Amino acid sequence: MSSNSVVGKSVPRKEGRDKVTGRSQYVDDMVLPNMLFGATVRSQTPRGRIKTITFAPGIAWDEFVIVSAKDIPGKNCIALIGDDQPCLASEFVNHPEEPILLLAHPDRHLLPSAVEAVSIEYDPLPAIFTIEESERRSEIVWGGGNIFKTYLIEKGDVDGVWEKADHIVEGEYTTGAQEQLYIENNGMIAAFDAVEGITVWGSLQCPYYIHKALMALCNLPAEKVRVVQMETGGAFGGKEEYPSMIAAHAALLAIKSGKPVKIIYDRMEDMAATTKRHPSRTRHRTAVSKDGRILGGEIDFTIDGGAYLTLSPVVLSRGAIHAGGPYYWPSIRIRAKAVATNAPPHGAFRGFGAPQSLFAMERHMDRIARAVGISPAEIRRRNFLQPGQTTTTEQVVREPIDLGKLLDRALEVSDYHSKKQRFAKENQFGTTRKGFGIAAFLHGAGFTGSGERYLGSVVGVEGCADGSVRVLVSSTEFGQGTKTVLSQIAAEALSLPYENVIMARPDTLEVPNSGPTVASRTVMVVGKLVQSAALGIKQTLISSRLLGASYSADEFRSACEQYVAKHGAFRSWSRYEPPSDIFWDDEKYRGEAYAAFAWAVYTAEITVDLTTYSVRVDDFVALQEVGKVLHPLLARGQIIGGVAQAIGFTLYEKVVWQNGRMQNSQMTNYIMPTSSDLPPIRVFFEELGNIYGAYGAKGIGELPMDGPAPAIVNAVEDALGIPFDSVPLLPEDIMEALGKDGLAIAAQDSVPSRGGVR
Amino acid sequence: MTDSRENRTRVGISFTVNGQPQTVRAYPMERLLDVLRQELQLTGAKEGCGEGECGSCSVLMDGILVNSCLVPILQAAGSSVVTIEGLAGGETLHVLQEAFLECGGAQCGICTPGMILAAVHLLNEKPEPTLEEIREGLSGNLCRCTGYSQIIEAVAEAARRRTTA
Repeated sequence: MSSNSVVGKSVPRKEGRDKVTGRSQYVDDMVLPNMLFGATVRSQTPRGRIKTITFAPGIAWDEFVIVSAKDIPGKNCIALIGDDQPCLASEFVNHPEEPILLLAHPDRHLLPSAVEAVSIEYDPLPAIFTIEESERRSEIVWGGGNIFKTYLIEKGDVDGVWEKADHIVEGEYTTGAQEQLYIENNGMIAAFDAVEGITVWGSLQCPYYIHKALMALCNLPAEKVRVVQMETGGAFGGKEEYPSMIAAHAALLAIKSGKPVKIIYDRMEDMAATTKRHPSRTRHRTAVSKDGRILGGEIDFTIDGGAYLTLSPVVLSRGAIHAGGPYYWPSIRIRAKAVATNAPPHGAFRGFGAPQSLFAMERHMDRIARAVGISPAEIRRRNFLQPGQTTTTEQVVREPIDLGKLLDRALEVSDYHSKKQRFAKENQFGTTRKGFGIAAFLHGAGFTGSGERYLGSVVGVEGCADGSVRVLVSSTEFGQGTKTVLSQIAAEALSLPYENVIMARPDTLEVPNSGPTVASRTVMVVGKLVQSAALGIKQTLISSRLLGASYSADEFRSACEQYVAKHGAFRSWSRYEPPSDIFWDDEKYRGEAYAAFAWAVYTAEITVDLTTYSVRVDDFVALQEVGKVLHPLLARGQIIGGVAQAIGFTLYEKVVWQNGRMQNSQMTNYIMPTSSDLPPIRVFFEELGNIYGAYGAKGIGELPMDGPAPAIVNAVEDALGIPFDSVPLLPEDIMEALGKDGLAIAAQDSVPSRGGVR
Repeated sequence: MTDSRENRTRVGISFTVNGQPQTVRAYPMERLLDVLRQELQLTGAKEGCGEGECGSCSVLMDGILVNSCLVPILQAAGSSVVTIEGLAGGETLHVLQEAFLECGGAQCGICTPGMILAAVHLLNEKPEPTLEEIREGLSGNLCRCTGYSQIIEAVAEAARRRTTA
């Protein structure tokens, strides 16, 4: 790339000026004439049959628009993978906070008391709340046996390895639910017109998911459903699937009332009713040689999907494929299943199953290291995947990745060796204990297996008469920098200044379906299509003899002007074509799971306070290989933000459940990290280059969610000599494990030896 | 503010917003946040939690940083309020707005108006804060995107520019 390159530079964020001046329009900032406000009446019980619905006196009910399942023009479901989740429960409810009725009124202040005044009586049915209860099948709450989906990944002869093993290491690891906690709550506005059909504006990640859901729900053709993304105040996966539900509710109220309807959740409703990260349980059994080489193993990965299917099969898939970590397994058997419970459905959240299974893998590596008697660094080094070897799905590693080198570099920048020595001395005294932990991992970019082939994403680039270039994608901006990086790619492909590129608003009337903004796919997959569509513009102008091979921005403008004058709108389209060398077998779950992986080694340095039992992260190193870094400032921002969110997942954020309902659905009692809770997070990129993505970029957004939890919990074990196998890890868990006299016990354990407390 | 009918008499309240005198008719216990957003169309202040935890509704009231979701409008009578809309001088950005842009302090942007006002308040109190003082000074404003580092760098950079200007 030349010195005039736009990619690789930290150009100003496209929408940055509007964001720092408060001008950006989020959905709650938008007002339409005669707009009503909508609210949702939800189930108070985890499972039951609706008996009666009573509207208490004292409310002017005739002023309210009231919608029930009977008002749905089409199919009563939120169309996604399966059609099992109703838009409004009509007879049975299967989880707390399940929507039953919708109310709308011109005065938003009147809605809370009206929602309170609707009382619903149920014939209760027995409900289940944990993976174990679901597996017992004493109650069947979904399908034939409470199972949404299973996968089996098999490689080599696992059954033959146990007798050859010098060590057989077993462990069980669990992770809790986590709330995405975007600072902007969910919200949607809908308007209906008999001619135009339904239009929704909202806070969302995936315009075409909502488009599909509204077509089925409203029984409308594609051209009569329009979805527009407003500026979106954080998403993290939490605005992947649930916005379809809110859009559906706003649409039903708008259709019935004939007026625009705005639904904005408050924080409690957003936390209690919408999706969270799937709780998980992973069991490992691993055969290891005496020199610390993995011979083979079995992994049993189970997630709690909640009451409906939603995206659980896909989360399960990613979790299962990542379960073996960045290691070479001569043989492996991974059994994965997603089970049903009577909690609100769990859903997409940055990392999408991988943070769960990688927490287990990386905790387990430390357990294997102890069993063999070598260091956590060494056990990883001896088992790292090498180019030419195959992953658990038998995907050949084609990239020239050197994980040993990444590890060395991470240990060097974190000053591992001298710190280990220092901690060993310091930990013999005082009321604090210091520890150091490592996690090595990978994250696949883009949809799994045949996913991108099925999506068949389309991207458009338009050459405008004024010489500007418009990028037409359904990919959404919610903080990551989508608009900025896709603009850089278009500018680079056309050799134009970054400022000349405009991103069209994600509006299904105008932009094609470039797929959902999920799965760390935007830069790598959509970016590549933007590059190719932009090159199409250039080639057309050159072959029409309007432009020479090299040109100025002014010559480009003049060429576009002439082209548009002669032919009208000048657009170039690009559709995803799978690379010819990609092979994936959906039946056997074998082959090229991802077009590319990002690779990383993270280290955490922590202090445990033996008086308060709190863990503080003192230093965090995040070192990764993500291909070409297209925008260093945004990339670093993604990594730091992801690590911060993962530190929350590890040490602060606990969803307290009672009968399937979140008890702490407020920011006062669900605690995310503040600026004073976080360490300096030091970010390092190693660049290898990658043939698939735009200008060699791979996915980056989800990667930083995967490593911090195991790195930190490994560090806690290093500090205390006690293995903790569950996150979140809160002070009360450490207090319980240390016993009453924590200091004395910890003092005995300053040489790590104890095991099996939890 | 729960039910406008229990509380239905609107009263006239005068205060200054971004240097302009304003008189609104509002329920006495109506939140300053709602008056700013709905009556005055100043939508830069955002509601993130409605209980004073997240700080995305932060504004300056007589120079003090407040959560506008916790201030009844009656209490704002006679005061001088500054919102994000009042910070830039026309198209010329405030030094903190510039620094947030350049250092990556804004990602999704929803906490940004409140965060910038918290930073304005911090720099008014401590023109040359240490990194630790910045961490502490912004700890009442939650951000889920950035992990705070680039916000802290932006505030440090703005402080440097102000003192060297």
